[in-house]
Amino acid sequence: MDVPIENLLRDLTPQVLGAVIRRFHDFASAEDAVQEALFAAAIQWPQEGIPDNPRGWLIQVAARGMMDYLRSEEARRRREELAATEAVQLAPSVDVEPEADADDPLTLFFMCCHPALTPSSAIALTLRAVGGLTTAEIAAAFLVPEATMAQRISRAKASIKASGVPFQLPTSQERAQRLRTVLHVLYLIFNEGYTSSAGPHVQRLELSREAIRLTRSVHALLPDDGEVAGLLALMLLTDARRLARTDPDGELIPLTKQDRKLWDQVEISEGIALLTATLSKGSIGAYQLQAAIAAVHDEAARTEDTDWPQILALYELLKRMSDNPMVMLNHAIAVAMVHGPSKGLELLKALDSDARVAGHHRLDAVRAHLLEMAGDHQAAVTHYRIAANRTTSIPEQNYLITQAARLSESTASPDRGASRPKAEYPTMSG
Amino acid sequence: MKYILMMAGTKAGVDTYKAWSKSDVQAHFAWLKSLNKELSDSGELVANEPLAAPEQAKVVRAGKDCVPITDGVFPEAKEFLLGYWIVDVESPERACQIAARLSAGPGPGGVPTSMPIEVRQIMSRRTDELT
Amino acid sequence: MKYILMMNTMKAGEGVPGWPKKDLQAHVAFMRKFSKDLRDSGELVSAEGLSFPDQAKVVRASKDGTPVTDGVFPEGKEFLAGYWIVDVATPERAYAIAARASAAPGPGGAPLNMPIEVRSVLSAPPPEML
Repeated sequence: MDVPIENLLRDLTPQVLGAVIRRFHDFASAEDAVQEALFAAAIQWPQEGIPDNPRGWLIQVAARGMMDYLRSEEARRRREELAATEAVQLAPSVDVEPEADADDPLTLFFMCCHPALTPSSAIALTLRAVGGLTTAEIAAAFLVPEATMAQRISRAKASIKASGVPFQLPTSQERAQRLRTVLHVLYLIFNEGYTSSAGPHVQRLELSREAIRLTRSVHALLPDDGEVAGLLALMLLTDARRLARTDPDGELIPLTKQDRKLWDQVEISEGIALLTATLSKGSIGAYQLQAAIAAVHDEAARTEDTDWPQILALYELLKRMSDNPMVMLNHAIAVAMVHGPSKGLELLKALDSDARVAGHHRLDAVRAHLLEMAGDHQAAVTHYRIAANRTTSIPEQNYLITQAARLSESTASPDRGASRPKAEYPTMSG
Repeated sequence: MKYILMMAGTKAGVDTYKAWSKSDVQAHFAWLKSLNKELSDSGELVANEPLAAPEQAKVVRAGKDCVPITDGVFPEAKEFLLGYWIVDVESPERACQIAARLSAGPGPGGVPTSMPIEVRQIMSRRTDELT
Repeated sequence: MKYILMMNTMKAGEGVPGWPKKDLQAHVAFMRKFSKDLRDSGELVSAEGLSFPDQAKVVRASKDGTPVTDGVFPEGKEFLAGYWIVDVATPERAYAIAARASAAPGPGGAPLNMPIEVRSVLSAPPPEML
């Protein structure tokens, strides 16, 4: 499909869907009708040209589709069940364009990220109904068959319908909590992260770019919300390092070893500007803090210029508002960089008894890193290997095995610290 | 999270299966079809492949010059893979729950076959951006 | 015709290999190219790697249907490490692909000579099921 038309259709999707939902009060059917209108546009517009009022065109076609659907539903039901008001609504006044409301796109976000949905359902529905992606594109991004993803979206729509959620903005009491859910879904989409293209499927869609696009639109709708700006800044400041994150063979390069000339300075500037603007408003939330930490990294011209004391101070603040064990791990690294590795290792001991993280591969990976810093190479190799055994990410596993091998070679003595025999044969590492 | 659920059998087990009554076989097959539909409808089923009986199975090694050396495989008692399901689920507990369902398929007289189902997480080609 | 090529090369109690770094890199590069070539030839249907059997569970329904879960395995028990599913014209082509996988380089760059099990994948239920 023609790229400008594709982009235009995706940008218009939330507004069109919002208008149709408000007119017909049926989210699931409206979503289907809008999909069909988008499909029709994708075929006709390249041939006939883009209409003068593309949004109106889409709304009209979708509304007509809804009318056809409702009429055929009606023909199957008994007429006495129709209320008089509904009969008026179903009268052929289709050519009056349902009005778009400026709140529609935001309302759609809240609907698709409703707390009644599982995270993966909310992600799929948001990408579809707000992002305007096709089911096939979403399926490919998550490496599942199209039929599976179609079912997931269908069930998500059914859950929304069953929950009776009205198509309107949440009340001011619910707003903050509901917005947190929306941001969490966007965070998850971004965090789906980077896929190596070594498998049987070739990725067309970068979910991280899609997450940025969606978060931008929430930011445009809620320009004064600090956490929305903070999340957008965090995504930009992280995405800026994308090209430096992997080597030509697809292997992971940690932040401290990346070629900073490959970092995207435009994204970094934008992220810092966003962050500066939001921090000056006084409130501070977890996403803003994480963005601030990313900014400190991104501002360092060389690894050795990194302002670790500032990063440590930011993690101290973040720890107070989040008991996420991953934050604790990153805090321990910052402590090590400022006060020495043994202080960092002490903090890790506390995590050994935290059930959420005790057997997690990242705990061993961080421990290995700090043990290496402390000069205890044999123990570091052991923990790199334990982490490699536990991780379920192929790129991470390759990275951790490589660290173990590197360190094991540089100590010039075979590691006797291994706690288990090593495999004769490797894993599927390609 | 993606998991592979693997159903294993032995030659002796398959021979027993071949002696089931036709109605028991049909009941089993109907159950399988219904469970697969349920997993498909829930959006959790990613793949399901039954494998052919291992009489024609080969184990291949690279010989000299990469000319394959093949070998017929299966001693009587050895377990082999009958088939697998790949599911995409919210938690390891859900994967085990599905495995329990797979193991409870009806055998002769409707009694659960209690096939052992191995549950393994599939390696992802992704890494987390933000951790 | 679809075939599954299985590496039954993980053992309970073992961990990641301890080869020198450059041998690990050569192995990963080989596997990458192997998958890519199969993708390019259109023969690759799917491929997956499995996590270490430390976290493996075996679930069995007891006679009354309640599940029994077991996570302890005898040392040295074999587990599936990963598989490829290929769609090829002849069994010989499937064996040739398997032989190439088997020759993946290991320590010192020498071919590992891994045993790769090759089985047919059914496209319909087996006759005995009907």
